[in-house]
Amino acid sequence: MTTPPDTMENTPQASPMQRSALYIALRTAAILLAFTLVFTTLMASAYYLTAPRVAASAQAEKLHLIGVVLAPTFYDNDLFSDAIILPPTSALGTSEETRLYRARKNGQPAALVFEVVAPDGYSGKIRLLLAVSHSGPLLALRVTQHKETPGLGDYIDPKKDRNKGRPWITQFSDIGFDSVPPEQWRVKKDGGHFDQMAGATISARAVTNASGRALAWINVHREKLFALPANSLYKE
Amino acid sequence: MSAFNDIAKNGFWKQNPLLVQLLGLCPLLAISTSLVNAVSLGLATILVMLLANLAIASLRALIPYEIRIPVFVLIIAALVTVVDLSFNAFLHDLYLVLGIFIPLIVTNCIVLARVEAFAAKNGLAASTLDGVMMGAGFLWVIALIGGLRELIGQGTLFSGIEMIFPSLSGIQVLPADYPGFLIMMLPPGAFFTLGLLIAGRNWSEARANQRRLNQLKQAEHPGDKPAENIPPFAA
Repeated sequence: MTTPPDTMENTPQASPMQRSALYIALRTAAILLAFTLVFTTLMASAYYLTAPRVAASAQAEKLHLIGVVLAPTFYDNDLFSDAIILPPTSALGTSEETRLYRARKNGQPAALVFEVVAPDGYSGKIRLLLAVSHSGPLLALRVTQHKETPGLGDYIDPKKDRNKGRPWITQFSDIGFDSVPPEQWRVKKDGGHFDQMAGATISARAVTNASGRALAWINVHREKLFALPANSLYKE
Repeated sequence: MSAFNDIAKNGFWKQNPLLVQLLGLCPLLAISTSLVNAVSLGLATILVMLLANLAIASLRALIPYEIRIPVFVLIIAALVTVVDLSFNAFLHDLYLVLGIFIPLIVTNCIVLARVEAFAAKNGLAASTLDGVMMGAGFLWVIALIGGLRELIGQGTLFSGIEMIFPSLSGIQVLPADYPGFLIMMLPPGAFFTLGLLIAGRNWSEARANQRRLNQLKQAEHPGDKPAENIPPFAA
């Protein structure tokens, strides 16, 4: 067996001292450690240099997403400072803490924006963002994350919906239990009110049922949610 | 200059990462569902391969042979992290489109393969060119597969381009009532398309070899009729 060269460049004849196994092992370990330190420092400094800007753009992105379900004219308070923390809630399908944003206009409660998870999509969880007005109805609903089949079940996301004029998800705009009673809050295939696409019922059913459960839960807890001090943890 | 020509040809065709080396199949399966996604991943891959080859080629004298792989992985992972963070911070609009692809590049074995096979043994300029050309070879194949899958699978091209250029929109190529072809949008569609492309490439190479063989025979025995029935893959 030939000894591999010491580095990838051709090294001149090594001295016997350099050839001892312990020396080579220590030297190699030291080099690996040095590389690790240098590149970890590089990553850490990149993280610290970019962190404020990353956080700012994440917040801008979140505000943009909230803007899709809740028009900025609907409220005049700072949503991020008027948020409360929801524990994992089975009615919302959440398995970790989520934030609930409280929109107010002229100090009066206007709407709640929060996350809901539909656990029973065709391929796993579907994450939704809901805005529910203080007066009762669902204002709007958007899918924020899903793994539904491309070209089949992904019409629940209006960006992928081929019906650009009236995407499927807009059925849930400005609609509440006064116009569609809870027992009708299902897809048509299950005898309910909402349309679904033929051949891809499961995705539509998951979104519809999850929004119905969430709306029923909000109807019970609405006033308590608005009354809680900001940044506190909600207890049912 | 001919060495540089060879590097370019290898990346683009002769040693094409997807068609010949069959590397980078994981991102290929996941991302080649539409032309826009495929081109985005291809561009991000070119950037990372350029940086990785550049970094390794300049540090190679310092890297002991025995621990080269862990060091390469460390350097590639660090570079991808830095690229990911910088895109997120300074090119946020582009990050919203490319962002999900950048961490995926770490799973692309072409990066490690080129670093190990080329950048560790060659100079700065040649390694940089190799990174770019291998990335470009990856880009054109994944773009072709993405375009074919999108066209056959849902009858459109350039869908999702509004995420990059808000003024543009995708084109409905096939009639709007085209029912779609689901399997092309699922991972098997990527394998079918790649398999057909590899077969097409092998066929064209075999034909070229056959022609060269015939010319050779003609030159040796000008009177003979050209051989016609040599099977293409005969050793």
